[in-house]
Amino acid sequence: MASGRFRPPSRFAVPGRIAVSGSTAAVWRTATLTGIRRETARAATFRFAVPGWAGHVPGQHLMLRLTAADGYVAQRHYSIASPPDDGGHIELTLDHVEGGEVSGWFHTVARPGDRIEVRGPLSGFFAWPGDRPALLVGAGSGVVPLMSMVRHRRAHGLDVPLRLLVSARGPRDLIYADEYGAETTPVFTRSAPVGVPVGRMSATHVAPVMAEAPPGGWEAYVCGSNAFAEHASRLLVEAGQPVDRIRIERFG
Amino acid sequence: MHVTRGFTGRPRVSDPGLPPGQYDAGDDWPVLSAEVTPDLAATDWSFRIDGRVAEPRTWTWAEAHALPTSAYDGDIHCVTGWSKFGVRFGGVSLDAFLDMVRPATTATHAVAYSHTGYTTSLPLADLTGGRAWIAFEYDGRPLPAEHGGPARLLVPHLYFWKSAKWIAGLRILDHDEPGFWEQNGYHARGNPWEEQRYSGD
Ligand SMILES: Cc1cc2nc3c(=O)[nH]c(=O)nc-3n(C[C@H](O)[C@H](O)[C@H](O)COP(=O)(O)OP(=O)(O)OC[C@H]3O[C@@H](n4cnc5c(N)ncnc54)[C@H](O)[C@@H]3O)c2cc1C
Repeated sequence: MASGRFRPPSRFAVPGRIAVSGSTAAVWRTATLTGIRRETARAATFRFAVPGWAGHVPGQHLMLRLTAADGYVAQRHYSIASPPDDGGHIELTLDHVEGGEVSGWFHTVARPGDRIEVRGPLSGFFAWPGDRPALLVGAGSGVVPLMSMVRHRRAHGLDVPLRLLVSARGPRDLIYADEYGAETTPVFTRSAPVGVPVGRMSATHVAPVMAEAPPGGWEAYVCGSNAFAEHASRLLVEAGQPVDRIRIERFG
Repeated sequence: MHVTRGFTGRPRVSDPGLPPGQYDAGDDWPVLSAEVTPDLAATDWSFRIDGRVAEPRTWTWAEAHALPTSAYDGDIHCVTGWSKFGVRFGGVSLDAFLDMVRPATTATHAVAYSHTGYTTSLPLADLTGGRAWIAFEYDGRPLPAEHGGPARLLVPHLYFWKSAKWIAGLRILDHDEPGFWEQNGYHARGNPWEEQRYSGD
């Protein structure tokens, strides 16, 4: 047909950043667990070798499945923590959810050599190819896809501006605590080191990074629980961030 | 089949209402929209159907509420893996709207779009025959904003990304035009019973 594509009257707030291949997403690949690294009391990083992994862009996630002997399958989405070029490996960081079927297996049963299945990478709207200045806002395990962006920028020495606001209950609950640099401002909600205020992320945290916005402004990426995503995205809007430049990955 | 060492999983539920690969989310109702939840008042809401129809038309909140009400009692299924049983939505059957605009005989598909600009594509056949609604209420109460209030499309027999939140309109087409998730690798139809999650499934 000669007519152009349908365009809705209001432009979509968060169009995809990259094209996503349907065929790579359709294939289940076997991933072999090669290492486990503890991050906090509740979270650990799981490193996998994935032969044939198509490569991902920071911010993307995958679908993972575990299969029981009777054929029963449990599948969940997980963000990819590692940067794109990691020699055929990917890393996931999982919170141990109380009573969780999949995270429970990872935290209590999994050991190096175990094989699971993954398909992906999935979804292009939360991807950050390392081009636009990025303001990253995450809480808890919501920092996982944002860390892939931080690592990517660092690995390639990109000079595109990037800031990370990361919320955790306390210093001991902060995932990747040793890896943060000057780009990161942690926010502690329950306990904090001496001299650091305790409390929910607020306008006080957002205002200074909004004031630092480079010409053309920030592309904002918000990730975490739905409650956090609602709260943080409202703070950004109130601080003047345009709604069509806020991308939100909600963990449900 | 690749059995995962030491994985047994939850006790099996032999629930015929649970599509393959889904689990029962119980009382949870996860929110997975990719955009900021809009601050959309009912008085600012409108719903339009145009494209391959005899009489394109826009309804205001009051006009949509003047149509016969219709409820959905049943289950919903999200592509991320959760299903929610025994939900109750109140609204108007999409048939009531479509009967007024009269789709052309050549019409085969629709793009549903939101007041946020979100889009999703569906075969027209999935939107007719008492299987789709414009929903205003959940459990007898106004639909919460984070779940698509004041009004969302409801197509419960397909994965829930097809049930566009903050519904603004339908463009009726004579061909398929992928919406937001469909362009991002997700399936054109999204039937949970055939596990059509990604294109290629
Ligand atoms: C795009 C995306 C990316 C994500 N990325 C990450 C990530 O990087 N890291 C991360 O940790 N998580 C991430 N998540 C969340 C992840 O997908 C899982 O939801 C999470 O790991 C919990 O899964 P689970 O199987 O361990 O828990 P589930 O078994 O799903 O349980 C979750 C909760 O519900 C209760 N529950 C559910 N069903 C039942 C039942 N039938 N009976 C009893 N109780 C039940 C459990 O007790 C528990 O409290 C992401 C989610 C999305 C959508």
